[in-house]
Amino acid sequence: MSEMTAINKSEHPERLLEVKHLKKYFPITSGFFKKHVGDVKAVDGLDLYINNGETLGLVGESGCGKTTASRCILRAVHPTEGQILYRNKDGNQVDLANMTAKELRPLRTEMQMIFQDPFGSLNPRMNIFEIISEPMLVNGISSRQEREDRVAELLKKVGLRSEYMVRYPHSFSGGQRQRIGIARALALQPRLVVADEPVSALDVSVQAQVLNLLMELMEEMGLTYLFVAHDLSVVRHICDRVTVMYVGKIVETAPTGQLFCTPRHPYTEALMAAVPIADPRLIQNRKGLPGEVPSPANPPSGCYFHPRCTYCTDRCKTETPELREVSPEHWTACHRAEELKLEGIQK
Amino acid sequence: MTEKPILSVRDLKVYFHLDEGTVKSVDGVSFDAYKGQVVGIVGESGCGKSVTMKSVLRIVEPPGKIMEGQVLLSKRDNPDEYLDITAMNEKGKDIRAIRGGEIALIPQEPMAAFSPIHTIGNQIMEAIMLHSDVNKKEAREICIRALSAVGMSMPEKRVDSYTWQLSGGLRQRAIIAMAIASNPRLLIADEPTTAIDVTTQAQILRLLKDLQQERNMSILFITHDLGVIAQMAQYVVVMYLGRVMEKGPVDAIFHNPKHPYTQALLQSIPSAQKTTKVKLPTISGSIPHPFNKPKGCPFHPRCTRAVNGKCNRDLPSEFVVGDQQFASCYLYEGNEEFVR
Ligand SMILES: Nc1ncnc2c1ncn2[C@@H]1O[C@H](COP(=O)(O)OP(=O)(O)O)[C@@H](O)[C@H]1O
Ligand SMILES: Nc1ncnc2c1ncn2[C@@H]1O[C@H](COP(=O)(O)OP(=O)(O)O)[C@@H](O)[C@H]1O
Ligand code: SF4
Ligand SMILES: [Mg+2]
Ligand SMILES: [Mg+2]
Repeated sequence: MSEMTAINKSEHPERLLEVKHLKKYFPITSGFFKKHVGDVKAVDGLDLYINNGETLGLVGESGCGKTTASRCILRAVHPTEGQILYRNKDGNQVDLANMTAKELRPLRTEMQMIFQDPFGSLNPRMNIFEIISEPMLVNGISSRQEREDRVAELLKKVGLRSEYMVRYPHSFSGGQRQRIGIARALALQPRLVVADEPVSALDVSVQAQVLNLLMELMEEMGLTYLFVAHDLSVVRHICDRVTVMYVGKIVETAPTGQLFCTPRHPYTEALMAAVPIADPRLIQNRKGLPGEVPSPANPPSGCYFHPRCTYCTDRCKTETPELREVSPEHWTACHRAEELKLEGIQK
Repeated sequence: MTEKPILSVRDLKVYFHLDEGTVKSVDGVSFDAYKGQVVGIVGESGCGKSVTMKSVLRIVEPPGKIMEGQVLLSKRDNPDEYLDITAMNEKGKDIRAIRGGEIALIPQEPMAAFSPIHTIGNQIMEAIMLHSDVNKKEAREICIRALSAVGMSMPEKRVDSYTWQLSGGLRQRAIIAMAIASNPRLLIADEPTTAIDVTTQAQILRLLKDLQQERNMSILFITHDLGVIAQMAQYVVVMYLGRVMEKGPVDAIFHNPKHPYTQALLQSIPSAQKTTKVKLPTISGSIPHPFNKPKGCPFHPRCTRAVNGKCNRDLPSEFVVGDQQFASCYLYEGNEEFVR
């Protein structure tokens, strides 16, 4: 590890990850000479942190930049700007944002991803042993026997029989494939797991099984999760804290109960109001949120949410609200946070 | 209920004969829908929701075949008389008059509804002219009215747009406009909000509810989302492996479910109203492959209350478990049996 990237112990030793002002712009080019005419600002100054051993939920409508942010954090893509401060096993913070591939390699094993699509994310030509043990091989576990033992143990951990090792992905159901994806992510005993919509494609009964599995594994292996999802019921169930993203920025972060009961940002309030509650006695008179997520290539002025916000004032149209702590652990980026009385989810 | 249903599906069986074996996609499904009622059909993927709906419209793709049962539609001018849709020639003029006219469909794949090379207006107008005796100019007016009814701003302009020019939410509205343009009595919505965000979903659900009330339409609303069902339906049909496990008024299904599958399903969904961080009760095992459907009650291998020698042997009939509530389960064998 180079001296440059090692930053010493910070004031928050409990934070495994601190993301500061992260940006990811995709250039828009035009014409034969690929002239740079603008940027898709998929992630546009993102701030968040994740404490060791907790689950942070990341929510927002599709196109808000959740996947791009996750991929930046794991350095699957190179961020345009900002810091990704990761606390390594020695307790030192290192900035992943500008590390070279070589510097990243030893850290790669500590950070893993679970994907949404259990069908697309497994190579159909590899059997389950090959799929799960591939990361081990890449990381120098050369003894076949050792790999086999570990794969068998992982399969058991995720609730599958070790005989399945010789089978191919097509012979498994969606829930089983998601378990295989999880086993693969856990193969090298990671510390941070980024799960991008891990249960969105699953049926209700399978979803419950996989959520339970994720919670069990977290306890057993001491994992920390960044849990990306759009289903707010799932998020409420599994997350300790939740952060809400809108057009590349964080608009609110709070402990789960607080965010759901007393949201402090109008966008969060709108999301909460739209959740269909599985109780016919609570008939909601939902209007939904008018309009669409603006294009990150051409975001609105001022507060990015202002064109859809029912509380918008003139100030909101020109001045960008900063993310600030309005009560302990509760952050919001709204000019009017103090005066507004926003509604959470019905009890 | 003394009133007669507008649609009555009776003991419907739809099988797919494949080289590998027979998939009994729908294996004895019965339910009724009344005028102005939203009937929610809920179940996990592969349980036969779409095939049931396709049978109502006679658009089951080969090798799928209706083996048994009836789909009865009351006549528009004489509601006491019924037409049996299963007896119709699937390419004939009777079913074509019903399809898109009396019964309209919002399909599960929204992209399948429109062609990208014609304007949405032309496609909706074509559908209108197929079902009513109007000229092009009148059809265009009806179309613009339908677009405005689904909350599209500037319908006179949007009528000439192509689907690829519309956002996801607007495209979904255009599909609904096409479905309601010919004033159907029954609308079938097959997972109409599965691929869209909750915020847009809330708008679309609101729209469907408003249209249903304004027009006193009946809706068969298919979804796997129990939250959406609770908010939309008045009557709920719970399906599992091609069978109806339980059906009843929405309040009874959610607050007094009787079938072990309904009970287990409701317990396994996380709630947006409570911060729990505890393990969810789950249904053990997984949905069997359609080729190896269990004998007896299809749910018995996963049921905690299955009675050996009974549930694994015979198929339970539907027993009365409440007012308009029926469960296909031997636990209620002493109860009155449902007979039509
Ligand atoms: N490789 C890319 N090139 C250009 N734009 C992209 C790329 N990847 C994502 N985007 C854009 O960035 C925005 C955020 O996308 P994404 O991170 O996938 O959002 P989410 O996961 O919240 O749905 C979208 O507008 C998307 O079109
Ligand atoms: N064209 C087809 N060929 C073969 N099997 C089919 C076909 N369409 C549906 N099935 C089978 O019928 C069953 C029910 O399917 P479907 O009605 O689409 O389920 P749902 O809509 O409830 O998810 C499934 O097992 C499915 O595999
Ligand atoms: S800053 Fe203004 S526009 Fe933005 S969310 Fe707050 S009130 Fe609405
Ligand atoms: Mg995404
Ligand atoms: Mg379907």
